[in-house]
Amino acid sequence: MTYTQIGIAVVVAAIVADVFILRTRLVTRKGFWVSYAIVLFFQLLTNGVLTRLQVFRYSDSMIVGSQPDAGTPPFIGNGRIAYQPFEDLLMGFSLCLLTCALWIFWGRRGVQRTPMSGPPIWRTWAAQRRARTVASSSSVDSSGGTATTGTPSTDPGGSGHGQPPA
Amino acid sequence: MERFTYLAVLLFIFVGSAWLEIALRTRVLRRWKRLLLSLAIPFTLFVIWDIWAIATGHWSIDPDRTVGIKMGGIIPIEELIFFVVVPLASILSLEAVRAVKGWPLGDEAPATAPASGADEDTR
Repeated sequence: MTYTQIGIAVVVAAIVADVFILRTRLVTRKGFWVSYAIVLFFQLLTNGVLTRLQVFRYSDSMIVGSQPDAGTPPFIGNGRIAYQPFEDLLMGFSLCLLTCALWIFWGRRGVQRTPMSGPPIWRTWAAQRRARTVASSSSVDSSGGTATTGTPSTDPGGSGHGQPPA
Repeated sequence: MERFTYLAVLLFIFVGSAWLEIALRTRVLRRWKRLLLSLAIPFTLFVIWDIWAIATGHWSIDPDRTVGIKMGGIIPIEELIFFVVVPLASILSLEAVRAVKGWPLGDEAPATAPASGADEDTR
């Protein structure tokens, strides 16, 4: 089998694992796709550097494109995107999806489900500033009362998911 | 210095994702048991694929741009680090998006009656 064929098979296998075996169904989650977009950007950047420098070289018969005998591969074209064979994107997606699906799988099984992620530290800082402002003006504002714990419970910005109440 | 090329890229990936643990409180490294369980299977499968692909000539890795330590005489140590650092970055990215946006990913605690077998982080 070529790298192209294996790459496609591995993408299918990762999706099957996510949907049917682990039943995590991350491919239906907006959060997964946004995070994959970030991963993809950095794959194009970092793997682009490595393939442009030919740290990785690929057999002509195993990819859709070809490996130049001399000089750098094209930025785009000849089966390549950002210097790397598009097959590398198949591998990268499978690795990302399988790993994330397993992470969610173990969380659902109760393995270190908590502490959940978030909130970002700047939201804590903002909440602390609000709390200080409230305290200095000596007015009673329930929204500032719990803010210093870093887990505001009614944050319209959406950080309230960060930590479930103990 | 050329031989540190691949290692330097791996360091960039690690540093470029690990800051999320602090700035966005992703709490991935802190949940290291769940992390190791999640990394074990992809690491094993992709390293086997990689060893096979190098051995059969699907791709090769420039000996001048790696430090020269090879496991089993086939797979450069950078490749093993790759299959730890990149999956770790994927999970950090996933949790970073959740930390900022709050979109559910399916492992949240049940809102009402506890699901069968599901428990908090005591295992």
